[in-house]
Amino acid sequence: MKKFLSEGKLLLIGLPVLLWTMLPIYHICLFAFNAKDKGFSGKLWPSDPTLQNIGIVVQQKHFYLTHFWSQIGSSLLIALTAGALTLFVATTAAFAISRLRVPGGRFVMNAALFTYLIPAAFLAVPMYKAMGTYGLLNNRWALILAMVTLASPYAIWVLKQASDKLPLELDEAAKIDGATPWQLFRLVYLPLMVPSLVAIGTYAVLLAWNEYLYAFLLLSREEHQTLAVALGHFLNADDSPWELLMTAGLLYALPPAILYYVFRKYMVGGLTAGATKG
Amino acid sequence: MTTATASMLEHPAITPKRMDAYAKWGLLLIIPYALVFCIFVIYPVFYGLSLASNPESYRKLFKDPVFFRSVINTFIFVVVAVNVKFLIALVLSGFFIRTNWWIKILSVIFILPWAVPSIPTILSIRFMLNPEWGVINTTIFNLTGNDGPNWLNDPWIALGMSMLTHIWKSLPFWTLILIAGRLAIPAGLYEAASVDGATSWQKFKFVTWPSLKTLYLTSTILSMIWTLGDFNSVYLLTGGNPADLTHVMATLGIRYLRLDQVDMAMATIVCALPFVLPLAYYMMRRLSKPTEADAVGA
Repeated sequence: MKKFLSEGKLLLIGLPVLLWTMLPIYHICLFAFNAKDKGFSGKLWPSDPTLQNIGIVVQQKHFYLTHFWSQIGSSLLIALTAGALTLFVATTAAFAISRLRVPGGRFVMNAALFTYLIPAAFLAVPMYKAMGTYGLLNNRWALILAMVTLASPYAIWVLKQASDKLPLELDEAAKIDGATPWQLFRLVYLPLMVPSLVAIGTYAVLLAWNEYLYAFLLLSREEHQTLAVALGHFLNADDSPWELLMTAGLLYALPPAILYYVFRKYMVGGLTAGATKG
Repeated sequence: MTTATASMLEHPAITPKRMDAYAKWGLLLIIPYALVFCIFVIYPVFYGLSLASNPESYRKLFKDPVFFRSVINTFIFVVVAVNVKFLIALVLSGFFIRTNWWIKILSVIFILPWAVPSIPTILSIRFMLNPEWGVINTTIFNLTGNDGPNWLNDPWIALGMSMLTHIWKSLPFWTLILIAGRLAIPAGLYEAASVDGATSWQKFKFVTWPSLKTLYLTSTILSMIWTLGDFNSVYLLTGGNPADLTHVMATLGIRYLRLDQVDMAMATIVCALPFVLPLAYYMMRRLSKPTEADAVGA
């Protein structure tokens, strides 16, 4: 009886948490699987579920969605490239700072941390102007490089923390065996860092895929835009087809959610280990 | 020759040749990030600051009533939203460390707002709040026969909704952090407290809170810095409307940029720096100290 009561008390927290979490997401699905007009009626479940909206979106049969697939491609290209570059930049830097003890490494680490702590929205205006002088505006590289800039400080920090935990004896043994720094990096360091690398790669890909502000500042040509920016355009008109926006939004939200859940173990381990330090 | 001798003296155990190879590789491998940092952080920041160096921009900015409103909004947003969020996260982290099967499933669902992109979910909230056909007001009408409030047309309600959106989006992440903090507390402390007949409130007060305090405070500061730059929760929900009354400094900077007033945009950001920089500097010192980081555990 007592157990039953305490279970009931927990439900009093659990149910509101479930409602609060799912409401906006359920609302997206409600629109996506309802035929036009029915989403507006205030019904709380789809009375007549349909895949019609998904059909319209994937066949690009609406004025707002004529570039749907090329925008998905753009999002994908930018996210994957930014993820790969972030991994490269952050792994090399963390290895140099943590294992090779490069002079000035501490300074670089602090500079990176400081960048991490400046809100990205404040860096957006100077970044936009600088990309203008570099002639990169409206070029996908502008967004890729901006995302690498935003993702690598945290990536370096997490990788450095993980790398500091590897025993120094490993390096010494490798040195005695006559390993070059490159061999130490490739044969000893990288294999041991795989879990952190998965976490950081996922983090960078998600960051770039989800980005809205930088994407809409840096890319304005329609075929280069990411899907996030294209969805933002629906806000410009009062008579926007909300059900199509929600359907496209659902398709846009699925890949990162799946990616997160696939690598969830690494993400929770890697990212909270970094974040709880402090 | 002299440098080789010097390095030999400093590192007698390592031969000069090997030392050189490792130092060279170190410098080589740090170059990619150093380049990214110089080209995309240092140059933009100094270029931006040079755009903000005209005193006239600040005179114009201080005369703009939208600016003052946005400073007030930013202050309310950061203080209220972050603290409410952390109180909820503190409670929920205690809830989610329980081992009931359904709580474990719920903790997996709970992370969704953080894992999915902002734009579809925030726009979804925006439609829910539509006064005529949004699901909330329709439900209010169906239940009571009265019209619900015009959510996003009242500046204070709209700002409140932006804060709720912010909490919805970032609560899972901070709950996760506090869960990690709670799991690092040795179970023996709780057992000892139970033996002594401590109530759950006493356990929280004498065991949980003392261990969690540092993490809670640092996380709050960190979240305050980032919330200063929360662009999406305001821009996508209200767009700064009605009548530019719900802007925060992050969205105001972008608004000026879109109006082609780059100097005003930069001046807005410079005005936020006195709040951001000390907090960022403090956090940087804290995060780069290895001993303290280990003390928090995980």
